[in-house]
Amino acid sequence: MTYENSAFAALADPTRRAVFERLARGPASVGQVAEGLPVSRPAVSQHLKVLKAAGLVDDHAEGARRVYRLDPRGIGALRDWLDQHWARALDAFQTYADSLEDDLE
Amino acid sequence: MTIAPLVRTVTVKTTPARAFALFTGRMGQWWPKGKTVGAQPHVDIVIEPRPDGRWFERDADGAETLWGKVLAWEPPGRVLLAWQLNAQWTYDPDLVTELELTFAARPEGGTQVILEHRNLERLGDSAALLAEQLGNGWPGRLRDFADLADTAD
Repeated sequence: MTYENSAFAALADPTRRAVFERLARGPASVGQVAEGLPVSRPAVSQHLKVLKAAGLVDDHAEGARRVYRLDPRGIGALRDWLDQHWARALDAFQTYADSLEDDLE
Repeated sequence: MTIAPLVRTVTVKTTPARAFALFTGRMGQWWPKGKTVGAQPHVDIVIEPRPDGRWFERDADGAETLWGKVLAWEPPGRVLLAWQLNAQWTYDPDLVTELELTFAARPEGGTQVILEHRNLERLGDSAALLAEQLGNGWPGRLRDFADLADTAD
């Protein structure tokens, strides 16, 4: 199920969620993320690594530093979830509509 | 950033006019029972049959929870709805995602219903909101919807 995927698991950790929320406000380097949080740079690096592995964050080099941002593809999880939602709603509709038709036969 | 629209189709053994009427007029009966967005289970889901008509659920106490509104009302072939629930399943008047349903007769009989849900990127436009959803609201709601869907199966 979607809710059990690594994205949700990655965000179960409060510090990691704080890192994620920091990036939701805009791209940032490890140092910039660490400035606003009561955790060390190496710890922030570790959290970013997990978030990246979960597909929630990506990074690129800007000169000598590495800049992290939210990965727009993470939003694909939302799409998958809605897709399931509508698939099931339409199934329910089909079952209902066809059952009425069967009654007429 | 855009997200490709969701497209789903289903075929039902009736005419387009009847499929349209059942889909829009009896949503409260076919929609999976138990966990919609209102505080209590729905007793009805109403789409007021006119442009700008409201789309809402009503519970046993008569409390209404908005889902969206009618953007275009064109029976028997098409209805265009505004789905205004955000990813936390909360009505947001500023959010409009389009949900289009078309009903077309199939040559071999029956009706093909095509559902297209578009403008999904608007659900994620606010990255901060998305972060909140991913962090807090989502897992529980996803579980709810999985439960609901399984119950309906």
